Amino acid sequence: MPGSMSADRTAGTPAGMSAGALLTVEDLRVSFPGKGWRAPRVEVLKGVSLDVRPGETLGLVGESGSGKTTIGRAILGLVPVHSGAITFAGERIDRATGRRRRELSRDIQVVFQDPYTSLNPSLTIGDTLSEPLLGQGYGAREARARVARLLERVELPADAAHRLPREFSGGQRQRVAIARALAIDPRLIVCDEPVSALDLTTQKTVLDLLLEIQEQTGVSYLFVSHDLSVIRFMSHRVAVIRHGEIVELGEAAEVTAGPRHPYTRALLLSAPVADVNGQRERREAFEREFRAREAGTGMGETVS
Amino acid sequence: MSERTGTVRRLLRHPLGLVSAVVLAAIVLAVLLAPVLSPQDPNASSLRDAFGGPSAGHPLGFDSAGRDILTRLLYGGRNTLGGAVIALAVALLLGVPSGLLAGYYGGWFDSAANWVVNLVMALPAMVVLLASRAILGSTVWVLMVVLGFLVAPAFFRLVRGIVASVRNELYVDAAKVSGLRDPRIVARHVLLVVRAPIIIQVALVSGIAIGLQAGLEFLGVGSGDTPTWGAMLNEAFKNIQRAPSLMLWPGLALGLTSGALVLLAAALRDALEDRGTAPAGRRSRRRARTAAPAAPAAPAAPAAPRSADAGTPRTGTPRSADGTSPEAGERAELLSVRDLAVSYVLPGGGTREVVHGVDLDVRAGEIVGLVGESGSGKTQTAFSILGILPEGGRVCRGSVTVGGEEIVGMPERRHRALRGDVVAYVPQEPMSNLDPAFTVGSQLVEPMRHKLRISRAEAVRRALDLLDQVEIADPRRVFGSYPHEISGGMAQRVLIAGAMSCDPRLLVADEPTTALDVVVQAEVLGLLRRLQKERGLGVLLVTHNLGVVADLCDRVAVMREGRIVETGTAEQVLHAPRHPYTQKLLGAVLDGVPARGPWQPSNAEVV
Amino acid sequence: MLSFIARRTAAGAVLLFVISLLSYLLLSIPDVDVGRQLLGQGASQDLVDARNAALGLDRPVLAQYLDWLAHAVRGDFGTSWFSGENVTRAIANRLPVTLSLMVGVTLVTAVLSFLLGVWAGVRRGAIDRFVQVFAVVGYALPGFLVTLVIVLVFAVHLRWFPAIGYVGLTESFTGWLSTVTLPVAALSIGSVAGVSQQVRGSVIDVMRQDYVRTLRARGLPPWRIVFRHVLRNASAPALAVLGMQFVSMLGGAVLVEQIFGLPGIGSMTVNYTTRGDIPVIMALVMFSVIGVIVINLIVDILIGWLNPKARIA
Repeated sequence: MPGSMSADRTAGTPAGMSAGALLTVEDLRVSFPGKGWRAPRVEVLKGVSLDVRPGETLGLVGESGSGKTTIGRAILGLVPVHSGAITFAGERIDRATGRRRRELSRDIQVVFQDPYTSLNPSLTIGDTLSEPLLGQGYGAREARARVARLLERVELPADAAHRLPREFSGGQRQRVAIARALAIDPRLIVCDEPVSALDLTTQKTVLDLLLEIQEQTGVSYLFVSHDLSVIRFMSHRVAVIRHGEIVELGEAAEVTAGPRHPYTRALLLSAPVADVNGQRERREAFEREFRAREAGTGMGETVS
Repeated sequence: MSERTGTVRRLLRHPLGLVSAVVLAAIVLAVLLAPVLSPQDPNASSLRDAFGGPSAGHPLGFDSAGRDILTRLLYGGRNTLGGAVIALAVALLLGVPSGLLAGYYGGWFDSAANWVVNLVMALPAMVVLLASRAILGSTVWVLMVVLGFLVAPAFFRLVRGIVASVRNELYVDAAKVSGLRDPRIVARHVLLVVRAPIIIQVALVSGIAIGLQAGLEFLGVGSGDTPTWGAMLNEAFKNIQRAPSLMLWPGLALGLTSGALVLLAAALRDALEDRGTAPAGRRSRRRARTAAPAAPAAPAAPAAPRSADAGTPRTGTPRSADGTSPEAGERAELLSVRDLAVSYVLPGGGTREVVHGVDLDVRAGEIVGLVGESGSGKTQTAFSILGILPEGGRVCRGSVTVGGEEIVGMPERRHRALRGDVVAYVPQEPMSNLDPAFTVGSQLVEPMRHKLRISRAEAVRRALDLLDQVEIADPRRVFGSYPHEISGGMAQRVLIAGAMSCDPRLLVADEPTTALDVVVQAEVLGLLRRLQKERGLGVLLVTHNLGVVADLCDRVAVMREGRIVETGTAEQVLHAPRHPYTQKLLGAVLDGVPARGPWQPSNAEVV
Repeated sequence: MLSFIARRTAAGAVLLFVISLLSYLLLSIPDVDVGRQLLGQGASQDLVDARNAALGLDRPVLAQYLDWLAHAVRGDFGTSWFSGENVTRAIANRLPVTLSLMVGVTLVTAVLSFLLGVWAGVRRGAIDRFVQVFAVVGYALPGFLVTLVIVLVFAVHLRWFPAIGYVGLTESFTGWLSTVTLPVAALSIGSVAGVSQQVRGSVIDVMRQDYVRTLRARGLPPWRIVFRHVLRNASAPALAVLGMQFVSMLGGAVLVEQIFGLPGIGSMTVNYTTRGDIPVIMALVMFSVIGVIVINLIVDILIGWLNPKARIA
């Protein structure tokens, strides 16, 4: 049970649920129709519980297919929830539809992984940024002024508003996506692998920007990534997800330095570090713990 | 809207586009002005003039009933084009909205609509039209409504397909999260994308509709008095032995109209592709990364061709850490690259250099990392060594020796002989690098039989052995599997087995673990290390991951914007980088950064 | 595989049933007094009624349909109202003509479009431009117009082939060949244009795939990569287009048979549909739809064979 396991890891509140949380997810289950005729539904999330407090970053780390992206999409209302509860600021939102869902966009926003497909290639940056403002009924002039401030906030030139996404690099596009998420002062931003498509040096500057924004505005992040070092850099607390279940949840320093669950240990030890001696130690530790046992069908290998 | 006028201008600059647009405009205008251009009654006949040639007031002569051909042509055009407009309107009204709904919402409506569409598409249009004449009478206008119904699937499928793919784009999700209503999302994001393909399809379908309609009229559907191009052709065909020239004018009118429509569609497509509004899929980025040189990332417009650099002297041999680096002195026997430059032909003519004079050596038994960010030219360098640069790319300068043989300028046949058994390749994306139509086994066996000239049985035995060597638990099962039946990590092992199959001496691995999850990555790195040791391979490892460098490499070359800025032992480059760029790279590594401290409730008060 | 064929056959049967029901109901809308038409204005009402009763036309439409269906599933499509011919036999007599055309066109299309498409896609350059121009022109011109031009040039002017008529394959092979050559050529132009363009496009697409680069890196010669790997992967979409071409080919056959005076299903369609001869029209619709279903099934089986990933679906 993720709840009981993570209990000792969080600030002492029972079942890992912190008092005064901004977002609470309890026993969330999501499934998709199987491929083919009469195929059984595929369960992607098998009862996930977590919470995010105001101004906090909760890192969610896992491998591809673990269901980490689905959690974010369920919170955003982009995939239907099968069972369980999502509570935002004291209100159940897992069944919110229509008008209520659209109102929620004021509070919950998103930065997607791929800065190339998350911006419509034929809309100018200004049009893209004013989209959430239009949704909230801003006037055209108000929206323009606000777009200018947003561009300044994410350190893009003011004339960017009139240009198309293809004129910008990946890192710059991701800044646009961040500006869009910030457009209406949300309280929670779901960051779905926001830097995994970026080069190393760009990645660092985008992460720094996100941290700075959080310090200034007190926004909460649900930060999804496959990269444990990015997660450690960004998060106050870390949840490790595997096969649709949270296997470990706790303070970032504890989870990323002394993980308890063997899967977290495998994630940690398998990620190579840019240090010749440090990496040798890490590699030897990984091979000692995992490879000797099950060569060729190791932890990560899922034979279909 | 400037974007739109841009398309129109581009269309008119397209020679075919201009010609077909002018031809169509002329035809439509002439047909609309029929009463002005030719004040006669299209049915007025004088038997005296039957088969008469051109004369004053009758520039095209007379038909078999002595009617003026030009007049009939003009009035016939009204019926033909009018009928096509009706069919088109019906098809658009039925096909576009239903396609939008089915594509955007999916669900039961999508299934039902698809079923109906499949039903309609199984009906041969001509047979149905002829049969409906029995029900609806022979008024061509009514039959055109039926025709519209029959061609509506063309629009439905087009719109549904595009909308369904746009619906999955992240920018549509972002619009939903931004609180936009569905109609607004459709108007902002979806219509924009389907607009152009619909216009193209309109031109194509009009051509088809005009052809089908003329065919019906040719068969005698329609009232005898109404002049139509098809009926004129029918009449001409009846007199084909006596006056074959009667076919000329209606045939020309029909051919010109449908031809102009199809050419216009082709030109429109070109004009739109020029603008590049085609929804930028995930692929485009990957392709940009691995194949052609990516467009300049900076907001600057397309950078001026860098070929100017070719003339300037190289900025000296990269600083190396120790004097023992082979680049300083004699060339390595296994792989030696000197002053390699790669250029691409630009679509508009001219060339652009993407690699500007790279020096690199790999000795037997050595793993050399080639590190850089996207667009640095590291993959282009690797492809040059293998001789597999994509279309338009070529080595324009320098020397590459593999096993002591110069491969720049080497005939393709001899170069091919080196690939596989002297130098082998491990690609980045495991899945897309296996042919989906063949089993894993046959993809291993085929090159071995070809390169090593061994029997099938021997090749199968060796393939199974290779699969075992790359630590696949059940070689027989994987041997018989298709690529889509195995996992990504497994596929990468298969590709490594394929690279090893002809016992190469040099391995060029292009980001071999980038597409894998970390745990699988660790296993594959371990596998590469083991095989390299056992076989004494030289490896050129292209990667952006400094952790992978630390894990595997003996030496490293750091590449940036087509140049190597620093080389040295892995230890030196990672621990005491000299070039500012290397320092910046290492500064961005988050490995050593301490974890973020615990959350403080005070943070919340800012909200 | 067998279950796939069984499922598709069942779906095809449902499709046939729905189309037959809809066609029958729609065809019965115009209230044609068949008996009166057959017997003429002079006949007494009693005689007309008796004739209509004999044809079963005095019963409700649905009953007529069920009766038709009961016979049709046994291959008996009844007799023509107006000519009194046995419909099944009439179609059987005419089928070889149309089949000659269809098989001929399909073979010509398959061979020519794969040759042209692969050549254009691999070589690019001049041959590629030629194929593209040919595709646009072939697609742009209405098929029957092309047919007329062909008749004019090869039959009327050059007199290489007869302009009209048909000789059965069993009677004389050369006779058959000379009578079907022009019709097949006329019908093939459009479909070769469409399919070769698709082959070219898929070949270019496949040539850019990562696995082709990897095969090159393994040292395989280009011709081997093209004929084993590129061709196989490029065939599936081309086959799909070939299947779609078949439907429009049926329509083209109507015109071509009419122009060349071939006694096939197509010319039968023109002659019988005008008067609303329901037994004949129903049989013709059923035959064309069965043809389409069978072709689609064959195409899908071939695609599944070529592309193992499609087999699951």
